[in-house]
Amino acid sequence: MAKVRLQQIRHSYNADAGEKTEYALQRINQVWEDGGAYALLGPSGCGKTTLLNIVSGLLHPTEGKVFFDNLDMTLTTPDQRNIAQIFQFPVVYDTMTVRDNLAFPLRNRKMEPFEIEERVKTVAEMLDLTALLDKRASGLTADGKQKISLGRGLVRSDVNIMMFDEPLTVIDPHLKWQLRSELKQLHRRVGFTMVYVTHDQTEALTFADKVAVMFEGEVVQFGTPEELFLRPNHTFVGHFIGSPGMNLLPCELDGGFPVFAGNRIKLAAPITQINTNKKIELGVRPEFIKIDENGFSIKVNRIDDVGRYRIVKAECLGQNFNVYVPEGLEIPTENLRVSFDPQHTHVYCDGWLQNEKEPA
Amino acid sequence: MALEFRDLSKKEYDVTLIAPISLKLKPGIFNTILGPTLSGKTTLLRLMAGLDRPTSGEIWFKEINVTNLPVQKRNVAMVYQQFINYPSMSVFENIASPLRVKKIPENEVKSRVNKVAELLKISPLLDRRPTELSGGQQQRTALARALTKEAELVLLDEPLANLDYKLREELREELPRLFEESGATVVYTTTEPSEALLLGGFSATLHEGKITQYGLTQSVYKDPISLTAAKIFSDPPLNTVKIEKNGEGIYLNGGVHWKTKKYSNIPNGNYTLGFRAHHLKLDPSNADDLKLTGEVLVTELSGSESFVHVKTNEKIWVVHTHGIYNFQQGDTIEMYLSLSNCYVFDTNGSRVYAD
Repeated sequence: MAKVRLQQIRHSYNADAGEKTEYALQRINQVWEDGGAYALLGPSGCGKTTLLNIVSGLLHPTEGKVFFDNLDMTLTTPDQRNIAQIFQFPVVYDTMTVRDNLAFPLRNRKMEPFEIEERVKTVAEMLDLTALLDKRASGLTADGKQKISLGRGLVRSDVNIMMFDEPLTVIDPHLKWQLRSELKQLHRRVGFTMVYVTHDQTEALTFADKVAVMFEGEVVQFGTPEELFLRPNHTFVGHFIGSPGMNLLPCELDGGFPVFAGNRIKLAAPITQINTNKKIELGVRPEFIKIDENGFSIKVNRIDDVGRYRIVKAECLGQNFNVYVPEGLEIPTENLRVSFDPQHTHVYCDGWLQNEKEPA
Repeated sequence: MALEFRDLSKKEYDVTLIAPISLKLKPGIFNTILGPTLSGKTTLLRLMAGLDRPTSGEIWFKEINVTNLPVQKRNVAMVYQQFINYPSMSVFENIASPLRVKKIPENEVKSRVNKVAELLKISPLLDRRPTELSGGQQQRTALARALTKEAELVLLDEPLANLDYKLREELREELPRLFEESGATVVYTTTEPSEALLLGGFSATLHEGKITQYGLTQSVYKDPISLTAAKIFSDPPLNTVKIEKNGEGIYLNGGVHWKTKKYSNIPNGNYTLGFRAHHLKLDPSNADDLKLTGEVLVTELSGSESFVHVKTNEKIWVVHTHGIYNFQQGDTIEMYLSLSNCYVFDTNGSRVYAD
């Protein structure tokens, strides 16, 4: 296992790239501690797979370096890096038994048969595959096959890092819950450095201790799930995390406080030093807008009932935003008034979070 | 009735894919068929479209028996999970293709394609080819084609499954409204309960080729008539526990028991209690909440919420709660449950109603 350090990584698929836009990866600096659980989260085309391929050695970056512990691995090949990778579609040897599938990487490494047996047994137990060891892999369901892919990584003792590329896409929602929690327990147990690549926020946030949110070839925020939710560093993070995401509303500043639709909005602390020629937005999550009779009046366009909660589709002077209302709380039918929670209302300038004092 | 199945079934070799189903879908309504993989969703849609013949039974559309009517003669449009467009044609021609088949005059083709392209926000892309588009744009093109066809029956087979999470969110919100105006009867399949809830309309739960419940989406969610329907419509999975009811006593394995008058009209015997993850709470909300204890297996955080997986005497449950709870593996925690949030099922899995 290893600590992974990415230093000033840039990548272009075009050999003579010059313009900024031709870079699939802009400038990536990341440190993944030994034994940590990380996720790369972003939409299609954000560069997450490019970054994954650079770490695994399938691609060599145009600029920058990849370190495993203190070894420069930038120009090494994938087989020199000892990486276990689990893909979207399970990769198994269909004609082999589950046992032979799990033993395969160890036989390749010419390990002693008794040792192979021991390791396969341990990993099969971890993954609940013991009863299936003599079955052919072809007869297994998608989640069973995905467990084999995972097991082939776990049997090896030389793995530096385990990487998952959208591993649950083909798994049913109910089994996803089970596999996800098993994977997390497994991580605690084996202590491998794990990196999980996905566009699905729930998978990223629930699996990882720290998530790198990627947008247009950049990591716009690297933080814990709580940080990404409470203090999105960039409007993209606010929008991408949460369902629905953060409300982003145009506003003006008056004495360090935003004015939205004629209402002066309270913040934890006033904003100082801001270039008002830039695009100023107010960001507040639907969860932090409260029904409040002392608040400002809004128009209700629609209420979506999702069972556990409702989303009020609200409008104020032509600006649309969402308000989250938990199950059981009554929504007034007339003259609905709301207020924004000052501790969780942020101001963004050209997309980036403006400095405020840390909420007390 | 727009679409009706009468004892419809489908077998392939000896495998029953669709058990005899009788169901009437309301006209001009957005219908969602919710069921796990291999429950028969696609098979059912193909029967509706006329792409496959049923083994037995009949399909009626607007009071006409269409069972043996080939797909070309049915006024139906279908969109698949994979983005399917004509790769050699422009986006415009892709959307226009159903109108070309009907030999609609050129100026009308133009106005109809432009209108639909605007609705789906792909007007600037009309000159491009599908391969030059992102996945979301390709699926918008396929949906636009289904809309221009002005079919009376629109079948959408997990159309958002291959899209990014956020794109899915956006299109999901637009879809019901897009088809609302057209007056078409829409049938949409999905594996995800939250998707059915967000789409609204009517929902049917499908389990091993059988429709287990059909009704207003909100009613099916809030008032499941069977354990299978409740399980299909729960994400995180439905928490369950086996109980024995005897007089006012409710007994669980492991000696835990409570007294309640709530179930006085239910005969003594064995039942299963089912409750959703967000109804299992970490703090008591009422004095008469049931108190349970369990051992934490793992806690998943999603920013503002926690999913705590807990091992109890009976089973593994999930607590879905607001706020960040950083329990460690092995911690013993107390959980609270209100009986008013529980569904009671008999040993056959049918719902039993208290009061």
